Amino acid sequence: MIDIEKEAARIAEQGECAPRLARDPVNLPMINNWLEAIGDEHPGYTEVAPPAMVQVWTMGGLRGQRSADDPLGAMMAVLDEAGYTSVVATNSDQTYHRYLEVGEHLSVTTSLEDVTGPKRTGLGEGWFVTTRSTWWVGDEAVAEMRFRVLKYKPAQKPEPKREAPRAQAIRPSVNRDTEYFWEGTRRGELRIQRCGGCGLLRHPPGPMCPECGATKPKYLVSEGYGVVYSYVVHHHPQVPGKQTPFVVALVELDEGVRMLGELDGEPSVGLPVEVVFTKVDDELTMPSWRPRADR
Amino acid sequence: MNAAIAGIGATDFSKDSGRSELQLAAEAVRAALDDAGLEPSDVDGLVSFTMDTNAEIAVARELGVPELTFFSRVHYGGGAACATVQQAAMAVETGAAEVVVCYRAFNERSGHRFGQVQTAAAANIDNSWSYPMGLGTPAAMVAMFARRYMHEYGATSEDFGRIAVIDRKHAATNPHAWFHGRPITLEDHQSSRWIAEPLRLLDCCQESDGGVALVVTSAERARDLPNRPAHVRAAAQGSGADQFTMTSYYRDDLTGLPEMGVVARGLWERSGIGPSDVDVAVLYDHFTPFVLVQLEELGFCGRGEARDLVASGALELDGTLPLNPHGGQLGEAYLHGMNGIAEAVRQVRGTAVNQVAGVEHVLVTAGTGVPTSGLVLGRG
Ligand SMILES: [Zn+2]
Repeated sequence: MIDIEKEAARIAEQGECAPRLARDPVNLPMINNWLEAIGDEHPGYTEVAPPAMVQVWTMGGLRGQRSADDPLGAMMAVLDEAGYTSVVATNSDQTYHRYLEVGEHLSVTTSLEDVTGPKRTGLGEGWFVTTRSTWWVGDEAVAEMRFRVLKYKPAQKPEPKREAPRAQAIRPSVNRDTEYFWEGTRRGELRIQRCGGCGLLRHPPGPMCPECGATKPKYLVSEGYGVVYSYVVHHHPQVPGKQTPFVVALVELDEGVRMLGELDGEPSVGLPVEVVFTKVDDELTMPSWRPRADR
Repeated sequence: MNAAIAGIGATDFSKDSGRSELQLAAEAVRAALDDAGLEPSDVDGLVSFTMDTNAEIAVARELGVPELTFFSRVHYGGGAACATVQQAAMAVETGAAEVVVCYRAFNERSGHRFGQVQTAAAANIDNSWSYPMGLGTPAAMVAMFARRYMHEYGATSEDFGRIAVIDRKHAATNPHAWFHGRPITLEDHQSSRWIAEPLRLLDCCQESDGGVALVVTSAERARDLPNRPAHVRAAAQGSGADQFTMTSYYRDDLTGLPEMGVVARGLWERSGIGPSDVDVAVLYDHFTPFVLVQLEELGFCGRGEARDLVASGALELDGTLPLNPHGGQLGEAYLHGMNGIAEAVRQVRGTAVNQVAGVEHVLVTAGTGVPTSGLVLGRG
């Protein structure tokens, strides 16, 4: 086992690495290339360099090697060995003390500031490594940067995208009066309560028919077609198990009752829709709507 | 009815009260008793409504109310605001109690926010036809009605926005209002973000911390107390056919609020007045579209015509039907309608900051989209 925190303390203890001299002095051709690549059309950079370019001057080049005392390189090696093999830059803050003039020759020093972890991230478990670099012209500090990377173990399998929200989706409560409906969706049937006495169709269902008083409800299986009677496009706040914005439509089924469901498509009042079933787990299958394929 | 509101009290309205809901309730009740010139020992009845965490007995303990002979709690959240006064008035009329205090207090912004998705509410079997489908906030539930109303009557988002503009205009000159000094324009409304299309942010009322209390007693006793009584000319509750809480989507028609129609019939029959006799309307405004529908259900205009009534300027302070002179819940505070009843009392007394001249009758309504209630308060 590698003691990452101990190794980090050892590297941090070494302080700043020896100054590394830039390959070239600050020069106009490189400034012009950089401005063009970034899309900066400011005409003022003829004798001074854009401050945000500071890191460019001391980049290692295509076949550059880190110096032996480079603390970021040393820390990366420690984490690689511990199994944190992937890296992603997360953020950097730069401070510029003055403009750099054409002809000035920079050097850079770097120290390890902080290593924190292990943290669970969306990418996998990892350590945040923060370094601090200073650019010099002679013995004058002209710019500084705090730079943070995440060095992580890639998660074994990427999380299935839809699974996480579904796990927290709001579930219906089910009782004796409503069980037939959810049993239906599990079988791919959209069931509408039908009174065993007078035949009244009713949704949402209930135990006693308001027309005839019978308490023997049955059901019919809907054809699953209807039109949008009204709808909502939900933006705020977040809803468990949903990704905003999403549409909820009140659909008038061809059989005559109305029913709510999420609508996957561009909504409008009167839009012909058909039912879709989405299995959440063995217990729950949700009905929702999509525009009718045959229209 | 032989009952009157003799005292009103409130805490400050804020976004973070910094104290418990029970303390807010106790402070509001004490303020209302002070206003009525009564002591906790005079109180023998307490009424609140659901979605309030303060038990009647807890409030009685804090105030040192020795005995209660009447206590009640009305269902359906904001729809119960005016029904608390009805309960109190009936208790006073029947002799069940002499002095009944109605109260509402919550940390609805800093604590439990009704506007968020209440996952636990899905345990209710009725909600199993809406919440799991993604329809889980009051704004979204109202938006479903609003979309159909627009479709049938050609109303627009701007028609809804005019209600917000009026409320915020009135709140702007009310120092107790959260949005004091902050009026909005119709352009502000139109550029506010979508919450649940067709509702924008500025169609939705704010969330507030605070408490309000009202002291109800008999008309005779109220006459001897310091403030001019606001007589309960009529009180009514209403629930319609095939009623659900916020999701009555299965009726033939989705453009009305039949439960408010029931309340309207009750109020006009019992008070003996009609829409043209109303001097000030304090209409429940948690979401703007339902203010339009209420104007229609209450008989101030025909179906689908509310947008024309609003655009005519009738709801301005100098119009024929001044709306929410305190700024409503969109402008003053969201106290589940109880602050609107307090404003109605001030309008009857003649002590409101945005006082309407010559007020004889004030109409107050409670929460919409749910079983609801209403009041007509009047002088003498
Ligand atoms: Zn039947």
